[in-house]
Amino acid sequence: MTTAAAPARLRGGPWPAFAARRLARFAVSLWALVTAAFLMIHLVPGDPVRAALGLTAPADLVRARRQELGLDDPLWVQYGHYLRGLVTGDFGTSMASGQPVSQVIGDRLPATLQLALPAFAVVVAVAIPVGVVFAVLTRGGRRRGGELAFTSVSVFLAAIPEFLVAVALVALFAVGLGWFPVAGGDDASAYVLPVAALATGPSAVLARIVRVELLSVLGADFVRTARAKRLPARLVYLRHALPNALTATLTLGGLMLTGLVAGTVLVENVFAWPGLGSTIVQSILQKDYPLVQGIVLVYGVGVLLVNLLVDVVLGLLDPRSAIREA
Amino acid sequence: MSALEFDAVSVRYGKLTAVDGVSLTVPSGQVVGLVGESGSGKSTLARAAAGLAPVSAGRVLLDGVDVRRLPRRRPLQMVFQDPYSSLDPRMAIGESIAEAMPRGTQRRAEVARLLELVNLDPDRARTLPGQLSGGQRQRVALARALAGQPKVLIADEITSALDVSVQGAVLNLVRDVQRRLALSMLFISHNLAVVRYVSDVVAVMYLGRIVEAGPAEQVLTDPKHPYTRDLLAAAPSAHRGLLDDTGDDALADTEPADPHHPPAGCHYHPRCPIGPFVHADRTVCVRADPHHAAGHRPHRAACHFAA
Amino acid sequence: MARRGSVWAAAVRTPVGACSAVLLALVVVLAALAPALWGDGAAAIDTDAIGRGPSGAHPFGTDSLGRDLVLRTLVATRLSVGLAVLATAIGAGTGVVLGTLPSVLPRRVGRLLTAVVDIAVAFPGLLLALFLAVIFGVGTHGAVLAIGFATAPAFARLVQTLSASVHGRDFVAAARIAGVGPIRLPVRHVLPNIGEPLVVNATIGAGSALLAFAGLSFLGIGVQAPDYDWGRLLREGLDGIYVNPVAALAPAAAVVLAGLAFNLVGETVAAVVGVRTRVNRRGAAPLPAARPAVAETPAGDAVLVVENLQVAFPGPAGWTVPVRGVSFSVRAGEAIGVVGESGSGKSLTALAVSRLVEAPGVVTADRLEFDGRPLAAASDRELGTSLAMVFQDPMTSFNPARRVGGQLAEVSEQHHGLSRRQAFARAVDRLAAVRVPAAERRARQYPHEFSGGMRQRAMIGMGLMGRPKLIVADEPTTALDVTVQRQVLRLLARTREAEGAAILLISHDIAVVSQTCERMLVMYAGRVVEDLPTGSPARHPYTRALLATTVDLETDRDRPLEVIPGRPPEPDQLPAGCAFAARCPLASDRCRTEDPVLEPATAGHRVACWHPQLSVLSGQSHEEGAA
Repeated sequence: MTTAAAPARLRGGPWPAFAARRLARFAVSLWALVTAAFLMIHLVPGDPVRAALGLTAPADLVRARRQELGLDDPLWVQYGHYLRGLVTGDFGTSMASGQPVSQVIGDRLPATLQLALPAFAVVVAVAIPVGVVFAVLTRGGRRRGGELAFTSVSVFLAAIPEFLVAVALVALFAVGLGWFPVAGGDDASAYVLPVAALATGPSAVLARIVRVELLSVLGADFVRTARAKRLPARLVYLRHALPNALTATLTLGGLMLTGLVAGTVLVENVFAWPGLGSTIVQSILQKDYPLVQGIVLVYGVGVLLVNLLVDVVLGLLDPRSAIREA
Repeated sequence: MSALEFDAVSVRYGKLTAVDGVSLTVPSGQVVGLVGESGSGKSTLARAAAGLAPVSAGRVLLDGVDVRRLPRRRPLQMVFQDPYSSLDPRMAIGESIAEAMPRGTQRRAEVARLLELVNLDPDRARTLPGQLSGGQRQRVALARALAGQPKVLIADEITSALDVSVQGAVLNLVRDVQRRLALSMLFISHNLAVVRYVSDVVAVMYLGRIVEAGPAEQVLTDPKHPYTRDLLAAAPSAHRGLLDDTGDDALADTEPADPHHPPAGCHYHPRCPIGPFVHADRTVCVRADPHHAAGHRPHRAACHFAA
Repeated sequence: MARRGSVWAAAVRTPVGACSAVLLALVVVLAALAPALWGDGAAAIDTDAIGRGPSGAHPFGTDSLGRDLVLRTLVATRLSVGLAVLATAIGAGTGVVLGTLPSVLPRRVGRLLTAVVDIAVAFPGLLLALFLAVIFGVGTHGAVLAIGFATAPAFARLVQTLSASVHGRDFVAAARIAGVGPIRLPVRHVLPNIGEPLVVNATIGAGSALLAFAGLSFLGIGVQAPDYDWGRLLREGLDGIYVNPVAALAPAAAVVLAGLAFNLVGETVAAVVGVRTRVNRRGAAPLPAARPAVAETPAGDAVLVVENLQVAFPGPAGWTVPVRGVSFSVRAGEAIGVVGESGSGKSLTALAVSRLVEAPGVVTADRLEFDGRPLAAASDRELGTSLAMVFQDPMTSFNPARRVGGQLAEVSEQHHGLSRRQAFARAVDRLAAVRVPAAERRARQYPHEFSGGMRQRAMIGMGLMGRPKLIVADEPTTALDVTVQRQVLRLLARTREAEGAAILLISHDIAVVSQTCERMLVMYAGRVVEDLPTGSPARHPYTRALLATTVDLETDRDRPLEVIPGRPPEPDQLPAGCAFAARCPLASDRCRTEDPVLEPATAGHRVACWHPQLSVLSGQSHEEGAA
């Protein structure tokens, strides 16, 4: 039945147009991101090279470095160089270490992903079931106490930023109880605290979103229809309510997911995790602009990819979303 | 004394033609009722006259002047369908009414006069709309429209959000005010009985076009277009059983036409009981647009076989 | 929204709101006074107490220069909170400008601006802040600007969304027609209507800005020595965490408490704005007993028997009872209409007899039987196959994410034990039975691909998956055009003939009911006031008034329409006597004090009135004949 029906939706349907529109949006955003990253170095007040090398640096060195970076060329020439470099994988050279930026990123990115991906998995695995359970338990004003407990705990957890959770976890489990290492370590135990720190806030936020969305869907007419069909509660919730709640959840959850990408910056700094997050902060403090540029691009592309993914999943889940915008 | 004239007006939103070359005149001091189903373009036509919808072809004339050239405060006002959305919830009703007045009016006195005109206590000028019922809000909306000292009033489904017991009072009021002030009025409704009660002239709209127009009593007692006949037959009435007239069910079961892809020729032909699907020889309905010669037929009926 | 200030007051009255308000006040007071009171103490270097743990003199210990950490945390309140508020002000201000400009600027420029905001809003605030911190430079000024501008896109988006929803409302159109100018329109009509959510969000935003600022300072990008805020204190605490684990605690607690204070105040106000009437069951009086009604002996073949049905909801001031003691029965194959105005309780009655009223609503009845057995005891299979429902809005009554055929099929999968394939085949067959053209193809389509009339057919088809004994149709044609309405009503009538099902048709339109049903129940303020065969003259003044006010194609155009003065009572403010007395031309003192009971007047005709009318009033003859 599904195989026979699928072409009806694809054939001449809104899908090609939908895909094209989303890709176009991705491309425009990518261009804006690249341009912003390029302009960043030019928006820094004063001479970025002088700023990076310090006031005591000899004028020759500054001049040489400026030339090396091509900062004396006209802006559009530099822009052209920059774009060409990006296409060939050349992100420039770190001013501090002299290493190619691409190499630094290649070294550090895996560590960040090793935090972000498990954290994301934890968020989804915790938040959706918790949100669903509390929505069902507290629907229609039932169990006021449960609602109050859920709301206060989730608001509290959501209000604590990742780095504070991280500090608290370190103080309690690493320093106090000595169960997990504070920093470093290669075994799985090294991941527990950073991943927990990263996942706590977003889990609380997502669980709240799931609950609110599911509650609003549970009030919808078609859920009443499903109940009028006398379907078992399990089917009413899982087949009719949840998929519709998830479409709305995804839209909001997408933003939160990208927030998780940003959260790695702080958490890595607490745990001295050798990822992009620690690197970008160091390079900002060292005014190592080419490296900052490169890392900003990587984070930005990550965010754009997450958004694209969310859009595509939304389109798959909700047959109307593709058409609505046509 | 003012006439509102639609001269071959079209309104397009992207590929959708909501109003397609409509010509209609609201004669001075008369009420023209406009009926049609949802999506027929009747509200869009009203919004075009009020400058709320973009006119893509044709002109809307008020006393011979294109409404687009009129000053910001036009002698044309409108009352909307939903009284819960048409009043600013943060503004006292008196202020809402006063806002529509031309400069130099004695505002307070005028607000009191208008509230009294619509049978509301003038002392309530300071209340917020939230404290009023739907019927009372609709009176306030009428008072606000009158504050603009209009020559033409457009009433867009003004009673469809109201209960029957309130509907009568609002209709009485509108009719009374229209006669007293000799307003020209375009009265839009999906309810044929309500339109009949209020209007001097009735126009029937289908898929962006007017298919029949004429004096109310004539159009409703002797309809020329099959769609008008269908509308009349469908109006629920206690005097007719549901299954009394056995209309052609095969036709009745067709999907209503999609305004995005209107049928060729006569827009009504797929549903028409005297059209090509009943009389196989009437291929002209699929080929030719009956609109072109409508002016020569009685009630300007857009039908090749207008009876 | 009668009183504006009351929203904040109401928020503060909730327990959570009160706590957070106190917390916020404390934070503000500390920010104002702490530097003056303890500024010197916090700066006092004590070389004898460097990096100490907690002690009597220093409850949280000292830092690397021997300064007291509690005092430093308290003094840091001003900088931490002040900078956060400053950044939020920058962000909200920029956001309001960015969000309003597109509606004022030329269309193309406006679109470009919207697109830029759309792109920027996709990036998390912290990334934007880091990016901007590079441009504005490391330090306090840079961080304020960075966080301010990083939050601006989110505010801009909020303003855009909110104003778009306000712009879609008719009062803006009305103001435009009234000649309100392009400056006054946003200032007078749009901004006041979005102000409340905006302030709420700015409050929550201040909390987030506080946390973001702590983050930047923690990373070393924000406040620089010798200044210090909570973020810097945290960093220092973390660096010395092995020496004095408690050192990080004071600033951490401060950040969390202050952040929570802003967040919670905002959230509670948002909750109060969103949900005006809070259900409060505590202290609610016990459910009022329904009054006894004169029981009508139901016919032996009754498919539905309802005696003294009451539906109640807990309200802030005790129970609200929208359905108050309704009694009727439906015989097999009979079509009964329920008419009444909005708020009369007719739809709730329909839901209650279908066992679809959900908590917190409470349904009680002396007798509520379906097909000879108590409804409460009926199995899901029985109800799922022999009680069919048709709802008012065909646009929202189907699950938008599932195919129509599948939604019909699951009835048989569940209750008849059919396989998916067999159930789907039956769904196609049933769609054909309700004359959906090309049923096989339509069954594979989604609801949004159906027109309203076709969906309502499919809904009836869904009820025909079993063999319904009763079809409950709640305003099934209200959302449809007249021509489609006739088709759907005909379909219901034919289905009744073919299946022998009884129909309970709820409608506000007395003509629709007259056309479709043999008997009608007239409801007013939660009661059935008259139960009469369609066609026989009405006796209750309300029924007569309803008939008189109905406009039809025979209404005399030269006379004003009949009207019913006044309006129905609110369900929580019912008078002691007859609920219609205040609007009734015949009301006597008895009517105002004593509530009439629904009693048989003649065979098959019940009326609840102290002054039932017998005579045919002149001028209303044919309407009455119609009823």
